[in-house]
Amino acid sequence: MMSVISNISLLFIPMFVLVVLSVATFKKLPTYDLFVEGGKEGLSMAISLLPYLLGMLVSVSIFRSSGALDAFVQLLQPLLTFLHVPSEIIPLALTRPISGTAALAITSDLLKTYGPDSFVGRLASTMQGSTDTTFYIITIYFGSVGIKKMGDALKVGLLADLIGIITAIIIVSILFG
Amino acid sequence: MMVHLIWAGLACIGIIYGLFNGTIADVNEAIFSSAQEAIQLIIGLASVLVFWLGIMKIAEEANILKQLSRAFKPFIARLFPDIPKDHQVIGYITSNFIANLFGLGNAATPLGLKAMQGMKGLSENDEATRSMITFLVINTSSLTLIPTTVIALRMQYLSHSPTEIVLATLIATCLSTSAAILIDRLFYFKRVNKKR
Repeated sequence: MMSVISNISLLFIPMFVLVVLSVATFKKLPTYDLFVEGGKEGLSMAISLLPYLLGMLVSVSIFRSSGALDAFVQLLQPLLTFLHVPSEIIPLALTRPISGTAALAITSDLLKTYGPDSFVGRLASTMQGSTDTTFYIITIYFGSVGIKKMGDALKVGLLADLIGIITAIIIVSILFG
Repeated sequence: MMVHLIWAGLACIGIIYGLFNGTIADVNEAIFSSAQEAIQLIIGLASVLVFWLGIMKIAEEANILKQLSRAFKPFIARLFPDIPKDHQVIGYITSNFIANLFGLGNAATPLGLKAMQGMKGLSENDEATRSMITFLVINTSSLTLIPTTVIALRMQYLSHSPTEIVLATLIATCLSTSAAILIDRLFYFKRVNKKR
């Protein structure tokens, strides 16, 4: 099971690159120039991400290193064991709908602390990828067109996040158990 | 607003907790070590972002995105029954979804805003329409096909197989998006029943 998953995952990206590059070459596009142009966007994106990431990383590690996080998780422990949720994941689950960059910082903290190939590391990776920043999306999308009455959007969005987190836990348990 | 509270709150609670529990030395060290860590992290992220956005630029120019969006169009039209079938908005919605699928957040947002404008033009009041809610809910449930940033992070922390979570993410995304669409429909029918 594991090796099949790794192989599919492994092949996906190289194959995509192969298809893109051969189609573009066939269409006689200046592939290298285009690559550089897009790459520059990536670089400026990384630079603009830095202060967000640094700020949140510092704040989260203050919270963690003081022992406050452990105390908080201890409080929730009975409920979490009952639901079979690993408690380390809670800060990520709470932050994911609110801020994408903050969640990214927490994910990276989890990967560093528990290792990317641990259960928590895999779960954090999957959760980071499979849900999105509900508050941010709703704010900018509705804000941009001047919608004041959001209807059920926030309620449905947050419910979907909850389901996303639960499915991530179940799937990672099944695939990597 | 919420982010500010959480950000400042985490730091303040941590510092106060540290003061009373004798862990303030750890807190002090954490401030500087985590700032340094953030810089290292960004360097790792930049490598993947530069490569991926470079490739996506080529895909965009080669019309690969456009072709994919044509293939998905009939399916998308079914999800939004109150938008006329050949309306331009369907095209924007589809390209927004496609851009999301390939992890192009920056390309997806402008397309999404255009789609919202189009949907607003169809309704002409300041209330969220049925298709707007469906569109947003699908967006918030995430549509990632290849979670590039996560892969970059895993590489940064020396994972033996950074891409092994791609399939898990794909399955989780499919399930959570289907659930989102289902919940959205449920809420819609609840609203309709209430009005009667």
